Amino acid sequence: MRIGHAAAALTILAGIVPAGAEIATAQRKSGYDFMARTTQAMQDGDTSNPGMLWVLDGAALWDRKAGAANRSCADCHGDAPTSMKGVAARYPEFNATLGRPINIEQRINLCRADRQQAKPLPYESKDLLALTAFVARQSRGQPIAIAEDEPTRRSVETGRAAFVRRQGQLNLSCAQCHDDNWSGRLAGNPLTQGQPTGYPIYRLEWQSLGSLQRRLRNCLTGMRAEAPALGAQELVDLELYLMSRARGMPIETPAVRP
Amino acid sequence: MAARALINVPPTAKRGEIVVIKALISHEMESGFRPNAVGQLIPRNIIKEFVCTYNGVEVFRAEFFSAISANPFLSFTTVATESGTVTMTWKGDNGFFATESVAIAVE
Amino acid sequence: MTDHKPMVTTRRRFLLGAAGVAGGAALMTLLPAGRAGATPAAMQAAIKAVIGSAPMREGRVKIELPPLVENGNAVPLSIAVESPMTDADHVKAIHIFTEKNPQPNVASFHLGPRAGTANIATRMRLADTQFVVAVAEMSDGSFWRDEIEVVVTLAACLEES
Repeated sequence: MRIGHAAAALTILAGIVPAGAEIATAQRKSGYDFMARTTQAMQDGDTSNPGMLWVLDGAALWDRKAGAANRSCADCHGDAPTSMKGVAARYPEFNATLGRPINIEQRINLCRADRQQAKPLPYESKDLLALTAFVARQSRGQPIAIAEDEPTRRSVETGRAAFVRRQGQLNLSCAQCHDDNWSGRLAGNPLTQGQPTGYPIYRLEWQSLGSLQRRLRNCLTGMRAEAPALGAQELVDLELYLMSRARGMPIETPAVRP
Repeated sequence: MAARALINVPPTAKRGEIVVIKALISHEMESGFRPNAVGQLIPRNIIKEFVCTYNGVEVFRAEFFSAISANPFLSFTTVATESGTVTMTWKGDNGFFATESVAIAVE
Repeated sequence: MTDHKPMVTTRRRFLLGAAGVAGGAALMTLLPAGRAGATPAAMQAAIKAVIGSAPMREGRVKIELPPLVENGNAVPLSIAVESPMTDADHVKAIHIFTEKNPQPNVASFHLGPRAGTANIATRMRLADTQFVVAVAEMSDGSFWRDEIEVVVTLAACLEES
């Protein structure tokens, strides 16, 4: 009886929708499917998608020598359409040396430190976004394929715990909107499932390209929660969980979103 | 980094065919109506003019104001009259200037 | 929260709007003209500057925007004018105006028979729900207009900058 009472009280606290259910594979939808036809068209054409301007910049940076080693990305990795195909679909990826998962931006900066002996590019800087978009563009259409080994799974669980944890002044969890109420709307906007299929994205709200971590920090600010700094491990773990949740969905980078 | 542009002109066309031209350029289009964190207006910095020439002859021109979106996009048409070069030029505040040319073969 | 929006309603502009509603026109004269948003009257003046005393007719030009806008920062806009686009009979220019953005002019396009058609697309900013007007100027000196009302909703998720 006591357990029954407690469960009933929790249900009331959670609101009218039963919480905690992950979205069934067959029901998963990209943010693309929630957009108006005109915004979809903006993403579809390479000459109409503003994100392609960053991809072009990234292509130039890929070939540019940098750092004390005077070496370019291409000097080690060669032709990006071949060497980078499918890479973004696997990130964040567990890094055995560091003992934690890292995202693509951090992988690029590791390469800069170890191979190019160059300074790291700041998060959300034009150059880091451009290189990330260029690398991820090579995986467009590839299914998201986060590893299923034990260390990755542990970090996925950490990310999932953050996703379902109520936080902030509004006492909301990510899951309450993006698992339980994705068919609804928040003010005039569709809630969406929070599937990270197209990052970095060109967001009309930003009038610019931006990373998944920037978007996560937006959400956290909206929840009146404290947003960890860009690059924080909490955000990488959350990225990893979201990517694992979207396993099998095709990469769209650079996606356009409202 | 210099402004980057993406333009789309069909590489070949039949004489007299109407072809669609698309042009996208990186530019913040700062409107001049936006306050900064301390409430002062950020100065306007926009592209003001776009010109498309076909073998040196102007075939399309646009004047932009602050209401044109960041990273301006344009789509328009022209008649493929002869083989040659299609050139697009953007000019704006603070001496902004960018130009791109592509060849078109007309049979 | 909203200072990254291109055309935010600042407190001063909000007061201006509120004053308009309350009929307090006197307040408007106290405000620097440059800060005031375009009004239907300002839009009419901008149109008058283009067409002069020529009569305005309805028809021949069609303006299209999505009826419900996902984000006012980049709204797809297309214009099409019925015209043979010959040396003798063509569209010379198309002008776009808004009534509630900070200024009424959006863009002017200059074309001619070499364009083949008068089909143009671009993306524009919309500060608010409002009418957008297209005016086509023909080679015979006539002017034709079309208008469309667009509903702009504010984004639910903004960010602090």
